[in-house]
Amino acid sequence: MSKEPRQQPKLVPMPATNFLTERDIGKPPILECRHLGVDFGGLTAVNDLNLAIGRTEITGLIGPNGAGKTTVFNLLTKVYQPTRGTILLDGVDTHGKTTVQVNRMGIARTFQNIRLFGNLTVEDNVKIGLHNQLKYGMAEGILRLPSYWKQERVAHERSMELLSLFGMEGLHDHPAGSLPYGAQRRLEIVRALATNPSLLLLDEPAAGMNPSETAELMENIVKIRDTFQIAILLIEHDMSLVMGICEGICVLNFGQVIAKGTPADIQANPAVIEAYLGKRKEGE
Amino acid sequence: MSLLNNLIIGVSLGSIYAIIALGYTMVYGIAKMLNFAHGDVIMVGAFVSFFAAGSFGLPPVVGLLLAMAVCTLLGITIERLAYKPLRQAPSLAVLITAIGVSYLLQNGAQILWGAATKTFTPILEGQLSLAGGQITVTYVAILAVVCCLVVMVCLTLFTGKTKLGKAMRACSEDKGAAQLMGINVDSTISMTFAIGSALAALAGVLMCSAYPVLSPTTGALSGIRAFTAAVFGGIGSIPGAFLGGILLGIIETFAKAYISTSLSDAVVFGVLIVVLLVKPAGLLGKYVPEKV
Amino acid sequence: MKKLGTQKRTSLNGLINYAIVIGAYVLLRVLMGAGLLSNSLQSVLVPACCYMVMAVSLNLVVGISGELSLGHAGFMSLGAFSGIVAAVALQNLVPFAPLRLAAAMVIGALFGALGGFVVGVPVLRLRGDYLAIVTLAFGQIIQNIIMVLYVGVDAKGIHVTTDSARLVLAEGGTAIVKGPMGAVGAPKLATFTAGAALLLVTLFVAQNLVNSRSGRAILALRDNRIAAESVGIPAGKYKLMAFVTSAALAGAAGALFGLNYSSTVASKFNFNTSILVLVFVVLGGLGNIRGSMVAAALLYVLPELLRGFNIAEYRMLVYAVILILVMLFTNNPTLQGFFGGVRERLFQKAPEGTVKGGGANE
Repeated sequence: MSKEPRQQPKLVPMPATNFLTERDIGKPPILECRHLGVDFGGLTAVNDLNLAIGRTEITGLIGPNGAGKTTVFNLLTKVYQPTRGTILLDGVDTHGKTTVQVNRMGIARTFQNIRLFGNLTVEDNVKIGLHNQLKYGMAEGILRLPSYWKQERVAHERSMELLSLFGMEGLHDHPAGSLPYGAQRRLEIVRALATNPSLLLLDEPAAGMNPSETAELMENIVKIRDTFQIAILLIEHDMSLVMGICEGICVLNFGQVIAKGTPADIQANPAVIEAYLGKRKEGE
Repeated sequence: MSLLNNLIIGVSLGSIYAIIALGYTMVYGIAKMLNFAHGDVIMVGAFVSFFAAGSFGLPPVVGLLLAMAVCTLLGITIERLAYKPLRQAPSLAVLITAIGVSYLLQNGAQILWGAATKTFTPILEGQLSLAGGQITVTYVAILAVVCCLVVMVCLTLFTGKTKLGKAMRACSEDKGAAQLMGINVDSTISMTFAIGSALAALAGVLMCSAYPVLSPTTGALSGIRAFTAAVFGGIGSIPGAFLGGILLGIIETFAKAYISTSLSDAVVFGVLIVVLLVKPAGLLGKYVPEKV
Repeated sequence: MKKLGTQKRTSLNGLINYAIVIGAYVLLRVLMGAGLLSNSLQSVLVPACCYMVMAVSLNLVVGISGELSLGHAGFMSLGAFSGIVAAVALQNLVPFAPLRLAAAMVIGALFGALGGFVVGVPVLRLRGDYLAIVTLAFGQIIQNIIMVLYVGVDAKGIHVTTDSARLVLAEGGTAIVKGPMGAVGAPKLATFTAGAALLLVTLFVAQNLVNSRSGRAILALRDNRIAAESVGIPAGKYKLMAFVTSAALAGAAGALFGLNYSSTVASKFNFNTSILVLVFVVLGGLGNIRGSMVAAALLYVLPELLRGFNIAEYRMLVYAVILILVMLFTNNPTLQGFFGGVRERLFQKAPEGTVKGGGANE
């Protein structure tokens, strides 16, 4: 169409990402955020976030309250559309996609304030996570055609299998809303896993758990990664969990990334210490 | 000239809608509920005024004041008995309760006063002729517009300047925080219902003076229309109720005059739907997405 | 096998509902045969079936999908008038009355579904209170439009106009719908058997829908829209599915209702009718299909039984009081604690657990 000579593609400088773990080298990252930012009115909640996550990496997203961590999750899952920047999921731009579409592309999440289907049973909660893997439609469901029976059986077996990850098969009959707090958090993870994600986002999975529950959760998160070979990005305030299982950590403060690196790097980083503990006064 | 005449009729009808819509909007703003029974409070107000003038021979102004007093009490009572126990309940439950109250008032009125339509004596008779008789404006129409403007100004000053008004605004923003600041939320909500119901009585008398028929279902349809006006302008917003009321009055009058009398409701509701689809919270309303 | 507990229990619950309907049908037939049923009671059987279908179908929207609809009677109206027109138009083509009735109900359902789709696509973008008020508006619009329609049938087909003078029919044609006068001279094809059959079909559709993949998606959206979207469930599609299914069932009920009387006016299906059906749903328990059915039957038939006591005047008053009290008792924490035990013993729990108030307040 235009007569101008074809322009060279503009090269975007790739700012340092979280380094990929050794086993993920040579494979493209599952998630890449470039210059990601969002404004609410005049307020910049997240600014210039650059992040890459390896295919089987457990990454921590930490920072003081109000740093914009949950906002990052909401951007990734398209609860909010980003004002600036790009999100690539397995190399595919998610620009303009909806929450439902990015879930189908492979992002699943849990919520800081638990959002279960409280009136439904535990099993049904998981089956709802399996929704897009069941392929029968409304008419087949109403008429109870063979495809209904076949797929419902598969759904039941798959739900039980997923629940057994956390030893929750026995609770399958209970209304989700009646479960104790910790079990509700675990059920949210199971429901997210049921959507067959390649990236799992956990928003404060250990909130409200006691140390022994947290220790068990840590084991389970690693087990999930090993079993499903997926990447996990988690927001957490419990440093024992973050430092214990995360291979890469990204620290946010006031919507900006202030540090990225391995747990050891982060613990030694002066900017992180300042963000959490405040500036040391002279002579102290 | 008929265009101008219709415009005048529309604005005066719209003024009455606006006064009713204010009641809906204030209650919604503060209690976050659609008070479905508001329309029937209008009817009760009109009946009180009707009997005050007809059976006891009281002067119209006294009848009006009496109606406003009765409706104020009625509004407070309804709030205390039916809505207050449901402060923490889901909005669907409160809405259904409000529908129940509406039916209670309608059917109670029917049993007390009969289903037959009564002829209401206007509180003001006569009309003003302008431009050599080409334009006529009834005194009631003028009164409606004046009342609406006075009410608007008073309410704006009240919510903006007075301590009670500020308490109302605080409660509508955040009841919990308002309570912690020492505001009595319950009495503030009662106050809102009282004001809204008094306005409903005023609107009832004005409406029955302009369109002098009265039956137990009089309030229901005009209530729904005024409610539409409130939603149209953006429910919860006082200027929105005013704007919505006036616009709705004009649209309804024009639809009756230029499209079809029997389709005027369809036109009014059609416009409402179109507006809501373009602006989901009405013309002047704020849309607040849920926090994740 | 024992792991299928939940599924078994819900299907058992469904079977009980079918059994109740069939049992009641057989019992009433026997009573009728023995001449033990008064004429006035016999005359309410068909409308009672219609209202039961209406209640179950509205429950799909209000209880199962969690959206308050205040215009359900509008879809009944669409079904009634399209069903009547269809029944008259098919007079010669399908002489066998039961088949013609079935065809009319199918057409009523189609028109109901069409109306539900036209209303649902824009309306379901709104939330909560706004959605309620717009469904009310649509109910009003449907009523308003039918009131100005003139429909006639002759050898050339069906003629529709908004002007009585323009309804010119060929020799042997009949004017069916006459504007504000409504439909006159409709064939009275409706039978109690058809009513019971429609109710069974409605139960079949509603129950099987709820216990399927689509139904779970609808319930998930009711309980938590944001979470449902996060697991890949498109809100619009499933909200619309519930709405259209419900409207189709209401349309079929409307067709049956319309063909039970020789004349029908549009104002029969006004806001009050929508509210009446809502009362059935609320009193039966939101999300509780059996509850809707039983509440509709009792509340529709009881006043007829009490006709001798001159109670009609107080009927709506009593409804209003009951509606308010039920809402207070089921939603006020203090009263709930007190009456909770009694309630649980009286009403069996719905398969998915009843919602207290639904998700309209997301």
